[in-house]
Parts: sequence; C-alpha cells; structure tokens
Amino acid sequence: MQNNELDLANNPEAKEYTTLNLGPTHPATHGIFQNILTMDGEIIVNAEQTVGYIHRAFEKIAEHRPYYQVTPLTDRLNYCSSPINNMGWHMTVEKLLGVQTPKRVDYLRVIIMELARIADHLVCNSVVGVDIGALTGFTYVFQLRERIYDIFESVCGARLTTNIGRIGGLERDFSNETVKLIKEFLVEFPKVFGEFSNLLERNRIFIDRTVGAGPISAERALNYGFTGPNLRATGVDYDVRVMNPYCSYQDFDFTIPIGKQGDTFDRFMVRQQEMHESIKIIKQAFENLPEGKHFAEVPEFFLPPKEEVYNNMEALIWHFKIVMGEADVPKGEVYHSVEGGNGELGFYLVSDGSRSAYRLHFRRPCFIYYQAYPEMIKGSTISDAIVAMSSMNVIAGELDA
Amino acid sequence: MADINNGYLLQQLQGKFEADIISADEPYGMLTIEFNKNKIVELLSYLYNHNQLQMQFLTDVCGIHYPDNAGKELGVIYHLHSLQNNLRLRIKCFMPNNAPEIDTVSSVFASANWQERETFDFYGIHFTGHPDLRRILNVDEMDYFPLRKEYPLEDQTRTDKDDTYFGR
Repeated sequence: MQNNELDLANNPEAKEYTTLNLGPTHPATHGIFQNILTMDGEIIVNAEQTVGYIHRAFEKIAEHRPYYQVTPLTDRLNYCSSPINNMGWHMTVEKLLGVQTPKRVDYLRVIIMELARIADHLVCNSVVGVDIGALTGFTYVFQLRERIYDIFESVCGARLTTNIGRIGGLERDFSNETVKLIKEFLVEFPKVFGEFSNLLERNRIFIDRTVGAGPISAERALNYGFTGPNLRATGVDYDVRVMNPYCSYQDFDFTIPIGKQGDTFDRFMVRQQEMHESIKIIKQAFENLPEGKHFAEVPEFFLPPKEEVYNNMEALIWHFKIVMGEADVPKGEVYHSVEGGNGELGFYLVSDGSRSAYRLHFRRPCFIYYQAYPEMIKGSTISDAIVAMSSMNVIAGELDA
Repeated sequence: MADINNGYLLQQLQGKFEADIISADEPYGMLTIEFNKNKIVELLSYLYNHNQLQMQFLTDVCGIHYPDNAGKELGVIYHLHSLQNNLRLRIKCFMPNNAPEIDTVSSVFASANWQERETFDFYGIHFTGHPDLRRILNVDEMDYFPLRKEYPLEDQTRTDKDDTYFGR
C-alpha cells in the first residue's frame, strides 16, 4: 500500500491507489519477472517492471570461452526456439571467418529453423488461450511440439536446449528416420493445427477478450525497437528473413503476414499465419533439397566425425585443436541478425584474433520490446494485461541473458 | 536521386559533421564511424529526421571496454537501421575511464532506455539526462561493473562457498 495521506479538504478528487505485486513467480507471467502495478480500482494506472531474476552473465562467460562453447549459452536465451539461436551464432562466426556454406546446409538449416519457429509460436499462441481459460488447445498442440522435438532429437540428440549444428554446417545429414518424421509432421500438422485454429480464431469469446487488449501503434512500436511478430502485428512488414536474407531465404516463396492494430488478437493472428508460412517454407526446402555435403570445407572449425578421430591422425589433431579452441580467427567486428521466434536476434561479435570473443553482445528482442509493456497496459484491467503479456512472447531466459 | 548506400551515408555525414567523425571504416559491409561523444544526440536526431536516410530504428546499444587505450577506455556502440533503405550504421563513441559520461539518446529512441541502463549496469557508463538510470539485470547493491575487463570470472575451483542447497 502506498502511504499517501488523502487531503480531501483541499482536493476532493484525490484518490488512494492500491499497489499490487504481479510476480515474480506468478503463474500467469510465464517466467520470472515482477510488475509492481498501481491500481485505481481494477484499472492499471502505472506499472514498474523488475527484471534480471535469472541473469546468468552470458556475455561475461562468452568472453572466456572458445567459440564452440558459446553455442550452449545461446540455447538458453529463447529456449522455445533454441535451434534458431544456435544457427544464428554459427552464421555469425561463419560471417567473421568468411565461410561460404553449401546450399544443402542452408536448406537443412532452414527446415530446422522453421520447425523451431513453429514450436515457438505454438507455445506462445496456445498460452494466450490458456490465459483466457482455454486450456484444451494448449494441451492439444503440445503434441505437435512433441513431434518437432522428436525431429530435433533425431538430428542432434537433444530436444529443448539443442546445441544443434556446427560452425560450417550440421553435425550429420538428415537420417532416413529424420526424413520420415518430417514427412509425418507435414501431414499431421495441418490437421491438428486446423482444429486449434477453429477453436480460437473465430471464437466470439476469444475475440472479445483479445481485440483491443494491450495495443501499440506502429510508430511507438518502432520507437520502442519492436521486431518480429509484435512489430508486424502493428502493420510494419519488417522481417529479417526478407530484408537481409541469410541462409538462402531468398530462394523461398513466402509472405509476411501483418496485422493492423497491434493488439493481442493481431499478435495472435500474425503468429498463426506465420506458422502456415513456415510450413510452406519447409515444404519448398524439402522438395528442392540440393545434393551435396552437409558441411563447408572448414576443417579448422568443423568437428570431424568420431570414427575418423579414432582412426586418422589428422582428424585427431583437428579435433583436439577445435575442442581446445586453438584455431585462428581473423580480427574484426561483425553484426549478424536472424529472425528469431520473437524478433530480430542479433549477435555483435568483436574478435581480437584470440581463442574467445573480445566482446559478444546479444541483441535480445524481448529485452528491448518488453520495456513498452507499461505503456501498453496503462488504463486497462489486469486480465487484459495478462493476455497482453503472454501474447508478447516474453521469454525470461532471453530477457535476462 | 542518389543511390542510398554506405558511400552516400558517409558523404552526408561528412558534410554535416566533418570535424566530429574521428574515423570511418566498413568492416563486413557495415559502415562504422567513430564519433565525437559530445554530439551523439545531435547526430542521431539528424539521421532520424533526414529526408532520405530516415534512420529511425535503433537496433542495439552496448558497451565495450579497452583497458589499454589510454583516454578512450570505455565505449558505447550504437547500431542504427534505416528500414526504408535497408541500410545499417554502427557508431562508436569512446570516453576516458575517469569520466565515463555521455548524453542519453532515450529522448530520440524510447528503446534506448533499458539498453542504456544495461550498459550502465555492466560498464558504469553514465548517461546524462537518462530518466531512470538504475541497474537493471544485476542487484542494486553491487559495487562494481562486471563486464569491465579487470573483473575476472569466478574461480571455478574455489572451496569457500557453501553449496549445501545445491547438493554439492
């Protein structure tokens, strides 16, 4: 409670506000961050955010680790779509080294990254449903997310924090099992996802609860550094995949869905449409998968296969050098960004030629756009604030680095 | 109309801020300038309001520490993006260790608010005029700036810590 004595004699309009703690461990914030709300009845007058509860000093650690050991750190940024983070980091190092990856690597990466994007959006959108009382959709589409994790598992052996891929390519080509799983997923996804869409997209209750909740204008969104689906929901068609194509995204035919009002419903719908576009991209990549190797010719960075390490002297030397971080890197500074699950995920890498980065800064999209949250929820009710937050896809791991 | 590319951008900047550009370079295709830190707000407003360039998106703000560069130990690095022209610009401003101060750009870009707080938190760079310059990710009681190079990582082999609650 705020301790302000009401001076009603001089100011009959004076009000006493209630202070309410939302978080840090409130189940509806989906992560550990606190909002201290000032309430006038059930209307939010002001919000003060506290972040940093799970800060793990990634940027400091990255300055003391060889490049390969940074990949597991990126897993733990936006852990709903870690393959995008991993590959974004690998592409940053490839840009620094000037490595040209074969087309097959690009296409395989695109397939995995788009699967990760679907997994990310599925979680976010189904959780929007949960926060307004529709738990069924959430438990239902998590089956699909499970299928995606099965695919990741068959590619790299891990499910959530994947540490997938290598600098220069992927650790192994897709196996027959992986191909089979992806084919099954492409058949199963439209069916299950269609039911999920039917449940919410034109549901009167859902529309009433989300239209107009937590809106932001395009102008303010740009000023606040919004990127990803949250920016596109306001009507700005900025997508890193189209504007600065990386990983051969220029080869694929897809559209950028945009919204109009930048409210919770638009954010939800943009994500729904993006999942369709991702499926389109995966199908194209799958059908036109070029022949070739699944890695670029960079023996000083691409770990050799284990059988060779045991039986071939040269492979053993490379393996040792790579694991110990003894390979030479050029001096320089490079910024590379990818379209992550919730926005432009950027890596600013300064190299002084030593085994680890001199400075590595992660441009974490949700750290930048979450600061607009008080402005978005002022004047609305708590229930609107809750759905606005879940539709922004704020991931605590990425927020706090 | 002239092509809007790095060359045009640099030409425009040199026309307006001839004396303030300390150096210009183009590593990996992104124009990078080192700039007089006292005029950073002026530069960003100029780029924001420029009819052709329209650099109205602040991608990133971060700090950097070069302990061996006397007089230029601490730096702030801005990444700007013109969404209209798809052109990026990197601006670096350096300042001495004993007077780490630079004007805030949060009046131009709302997104700079937390990014400058983060830079303050990790490098101790004071952003003059910032509306709410507090630590953001670290605890308020911390009395050092952890990303400066003189602060080492914790010794992994230290034994004086009580880890009972972590099962070690």
